[in-house]
Amino acid sequence: MAKITFITRENETITTEAAAGTIMELGVRQGVRGIDGDCGGVCSCATCHVHVAPEYMAIVGPPGDIESDMLELNDNVTEYSRLGCQVQITEDLDGLVLHVAR
Amino acid sequence: MQSVTDQPPVCIVGASHAGVACAFALRHEGYAGPILLLDQDPHLPYQRPPLSKVLLAEPRAIGDFALKPREAYDKENIELRLGVRVAAIESRYRYLRLADGSRQPYHKLVLATGARPLFPPVPGLGQVPGVFPLRTAADIEGIREAVLKQKKCRAVIIGGGYIGLETAASLHKLGVAVTLLEKESRLLSRVTSPRMSDYFCELHQRHGVAIHTGRQVTAVAQKGNSTLVCTNDGSTCEADLILVGAGIVVNTELAATAGLTLDNGIRVDATARTSDGHIYAIGDCTSHFNPHYGRYIRLESVQNAVDQAKVAAAALCDKQPTYNALPWFWSDQYDVKLQMTGLSQGYDDTVVRTEGPDSFSVWYLKEGELLAVDAVNCPKAYVVGTRLIRERIPVDASKLGNALIPLKPEALRSDF
Ligand SMILES: Cc1cc2nc3c(=O)[nH]c(=O)nc-3n(C[C@H](O)[C@H](O)[C@H](O)COP(=O)(O)OP(=O)(O)OC[C@H]3O[C@@H](n4cnc5c(N)ncnc54)[C@H](O)[C@@H]3O)c2cc1C
Ligand code: FES
Repeated sequence: MAKITFITRENETITTEAAAGTIMELGVRQGVRGIDGDCGGVCSCATCHVHVAPEYMAIVGPPGDIESDMLELNDNVTEYSRLGCQVQITEDLDGLVLHVAR
Repeated sequence: MQSVTDQPPVCIVGASHAGVACAFALRHEGYAGPILLLDQDPHLPYQRPPLSKVLLAEPRAIGDFALKPREAYDKENIELRLGVRVAAIESRYRYLRLADGSRQPYHKLVLATGARPLFPPVPGLGQVPGVFPLRTAADIEGIREAVLKQKKCRAVIIGGGYIGLETAASLHKLGVAVTLLEKESRLLSRVTSPRMSDYFCELHQRHGVAIHTGRQVTAVAQKGNSTLVCTNDGSTCEADLILVGAGIVVNTELAATAGLTLDNGIRVDATARTSDGHIYAIGDCTSHFNPHYGRYIRLESVQNAVDQAKVAAAALCDKQPTYNALPWFWSDQYDVKLQMTGLSQGYDDTVVRTEGPDSFSVWYLKEGELLAVDAVNCPKAYVVGTRLIRERIPVDASKLGNALIPLKPEALRSDF
């Protein structure tokens, strides 16, 4: 189990636990505002964009090639940007804090 | 005065991509009154794109593809009424008549009624068993069941559009012998260029799917335990399963009961409002003006459903949004990821950029202006194309096809 916290654009904090699946799926399941997952997780819509809290970036890792390309479409991309559908939840992510991107 | 919370609800008819997105967007916009989402489909609202892709190819449950979990509706105080068909709109008195005869008043109404499969008028098609369209969870469950109970299942797919092709790929994965019949002279003829049609034809043939273009089904008839499919070239083939992917019919009948203006769909303005000031329409069922391309269009895509839903929600909250999104779409077949941006209709020139044997992009131009890009296993082309189109950056067509020039907006723009 990994404990994961989402902080929405409205500053709502949602802390939840999951063992598997993706960050996007978890966000949608928990009704986190701003995690829409419109394309269902096939890396085509960028409506699952999150900013990883800097201290967790090393554990989460950098985006893959396709993901980096897709992130380019987003104006709010930073070095901490990931597409939630491309991040698999594992035990290692326990404690992770994510900000929903604008 | 009546407060917003004692008003009749905003009723949304159709709880699929558009309707569900609109309900949640209304809450995000701060709408505090009651929201009622109605759909005739009894399933918790689900995503449609996976139906012809993973849901068919893998033993997954439709519940894994819910648009939102049930609790999300409770959390946002959205009432979901499933398995209920809306029969008519009494727009003068602002209520809906449901199929069971009951009345449901509305404060504002959103039509997100989408589309249904088109059944070509083929003699026998309505009578033989084992015929399935490809639109709902029930359709897909029926297909999977039929495939799994047969040892060496043979399927005939009528129609070579994206849904037909994705279904061919998924069924092939399940070990089904697939024949696809397309009446036009090439696949995807309505939506893309010959170059793309050729690529997908070759891709399916490489996997062992029998593709026949220029072949129209003229009749089907039962023959023992299977079905005989006759085509216009005089040949026949046998099938255990017939899948109809021949396009859609827009669900405008309900809108017609309110006398709304229809023209290739429910006509809406830039705020998704119909010809009745209390009624909005969103998604596959609408005909709307696209400012980028300067014409009325009707789209069948998740992007359009969701983006237009958000516009309608903002308009219902008295904001003045304008629907001005660049259309995009995707399709997955085998290991191929196709991404499309923009609308290619009306192009007078295409440029192909080849990255590798299964990675390329087709760039569509009209009078030198970039209209659309189809990217096969090449998300970079999709992203760069989107940028160039959206910002109307003039491109140098001679550079587009040169794979040695980096895929970057700066590198592809024309210097004039
Ligand atoms: C198999 C398949 C694969 C697809 N793949 C892709 C893809 O890869 N990418 C992409 O962008 N798009 C894809 N699409 C298209 C996409 O799913 C549609 O564009 C999208 O579903 C449109 O959403 P909508 O809400 O406007 O309409 P719909 O999804 O058609 O929903 C309309 C809803 O309204 C309900 N309804 C209609 N009339 C009534 C009534 N009178 N009373 C009660 N309920 C009613 C229906 O039951 C239905 O649930 C695919 C579609 C299918 C079928
Ligand atoms: S859900 Fe579409 S890109 Fe992640």
